[in-house]
Amino acid sequence: MTDIVAGRRRRREVNPLEYLKRPWMWLTLFGCFVFLYFPIVTLVAFSFNSYKRAFVWKGFSLEWYEKAFNNQALHEAFINSMHVAAVSTVVSTALGAMLGLALYRYWFPWKGTYEGIIHLPIVIPEICMAVAMVIFFWAVGIELSLYTIIVSHIAFTIPFVAVVIRARMAGFDVSLEEASRDLGASEWQTFWFVTFPYMIPGLVAGALMAFVLSLDDFVITFFTAGVGDNTFPVKIYSMLRFSVTPEVNAASTVLILITLSLTLVAMIMQSRWTKGKKE
Amino acid sequence: MTDAKPIISIRNVTKKFGNVTAVNNVSIDVMPGEFFALLGPSGCGKTTLLRMLAGFETASDGEIEIDGQPMLGVSPNKRPVNMVFQSYAVFPHMSVFDNVAYGLKVTGVQKDEIAGRVEEALSLVHLEEYGKRKPDQLSGGQRQRVALARALVKKPKVLLLDEPLSALDAKLREAMRLELVRLQHTVGITFVIVTHDQDEALSMADRAAVMDRGVVRQIAPPDELYEHPNSLFVADFIGKVNMLEAKVAGQSGGEMVVEVKGMGRVTVPHDGAASGDIGIAVRPEKTVLSVEKPGEGVVALKGKVCDVAYYGSESNVLLDTETGVQFISTIQNDARHSALSVAIGDDLWISWAPGNTLVLAE
Repeated sequence: MTDIVAGRRRRREVNPLEYLKRPWMWLTLFGCFVFLYFPIVTLVAFSFNSYKRAFVWKGFSLEWYEKAFNNQALHEAFINSMHVAAVSTVVSTALGAMLGLALYRYWFPWKGTYEGIIHLPIVIPEICMAVAMVIFFWAVGIELSLYTIIVSHIAFTIPFVAVVIRARMAGFDVSLEEASRDLGASEWQTFWFVTFPYMIPGLVAGALMAFVLSLDDFVITFFTAGVGDNTFPVKIYSMLRFSVTPEVNAASTVLILITLSLTLVAMIMQSRWTKGKKE
Repeated sequence: MTDAKPIISIRNVTKKFGNVTAVNNVSIDVMPGEFFALLGPSGCGKTTLLRMLAGFETASDGEIEIDGQPMLGVSPNKRPVNMVFQSYAVFPHMSVFDNVAYGLKVTGVQKDEIAGRVEEALSLVHLEEYGKRKPDQLSGGQRQRVALARALVKKPKVLLLDEPLSALDAKLREAMRLELVRLQHTVGITFVIVTHDQDEALSMADRAAVMDRGVVRQIAPPDELYEHPNSLFVADFIGKVNMLEAKVAGQSGGEMVVEVKGMGRVTVPHDGAASGDIGIAVRPEKTVLSVEKPGEGVVALKGKVCDVAYYGSESNVLLDTETGVQFISTIQNDARHSALSVAIGDDLWISWAPGNTLVLAE
């Protein structure tokens, strides 16, 4: 009799590996998901609202997207954003890659300190960076414009690119470069035929990161922009101050979409490269 | 070979890294067509020496000449040598064909010539069918063949190999040894191989330099290294050896009388001069085990068996001898039922002919 009781008790116990049966796991997963995505899902959902109040659902419509696409100022802001992001990405990827490579390859006095300082902009509060930039531009006498935005974006995205490149180079086999030299290649040929191809996944990842950071940036852009030089996020903010219509939702959704697809591209490329590397 | 000019001439080369002397006043001549081994334990400076030949390190002092040309200030891409790296360093983003073609492409060889030479090099290492493969689709052994083909396609004066077999499994390693020797005979290029594995050096090389803490201890053909080591280090590093401390007691003609610690006086044949504290040694396979005390004319020691290690074709018997030193004797298991069955705890005699005694000055 006691055996049967014991048997029943055992059946109710959850095996340590049957974690799918643990309610608290599901609760954690669900809770975090809601916390993270409820606002975003709401934002996207109401961009399709046919009513002009952003918070009352009346029916499905694409009219706010149409409106946003025909909004001349929004257009301009979007083009500005693309311009800023494209130029700053190209420059910061080139500079960041060189920095990452130099930090990977060479030793010099105070290297540890230098590296720490180089990475500081990642953790410095953005508002401080922004204020510092503006004061610097004023002090030097540079008029704020799209170009001051670009310069600021280059400055704060370089460390991100450098970190990515450095991480990529950590797995590099130096004897590949030696083999190339040994086979008769010059240093320049060695860089282009051997080192650079190895860097490509890191360059793509770093560039996409820089692009997305620049595209999404608000604080630094807001401070360093000249009069009338709106980027997309800044424009969305100013629209919000006038009236909260689903047009803002639509514009924001577009920004989310761009960012998401870029990230997706980055992830797919990364996984392809790592798959190619597997034994 | 005697009056030929050396293809590599290393003269009084020293390499220092800060306070550490990696290579200390080394002089080696390698002859054309030779299979030469740099042999030694890790950290003995053999790889540093090889990297100086390739041009990746610069000698702090001394001169290196390759094919009669001084190599000082000549960068790696301008040297008539090519190297097979320990990690193979096969370019991961290029196909096998492109890997082998790389060295020709960067030096401006014509396209139509490249194709022919790459095919030739690939067939040399039996990889004709693999041209289109990527390195990650190859086994370790195949990748090494790519590295070999890639170096040989350049038709170097000297091929440098840095521990080429260390990453392969035991069976493949054995096969690759024969393969490398065959390859060297086919192409007729001088090979310089770095290895810490004495079996590798003995079985492949025409001559080997045994290195120890930056210094060359002996340069000789394999059989001479084994049978006539010039120092305790070489005797101990190349194969197994049983060693006894001794003092020279007298020398006359071709014979030497030594006072062996814990054993008494022994007469051994020895031509060279020696005095004071020396070592005498004997190889395990040159000893004989017997139950009865052996007759006159041999060097004999009494001992007790403390371990027997069975290796299939042979066994190593470990004895605690009366001198206090442990001896190893290798016995061949050449019959399925051995005449002498050895068990732990047996009292046995270990003996050898005096001519098999190695006299080692410290």
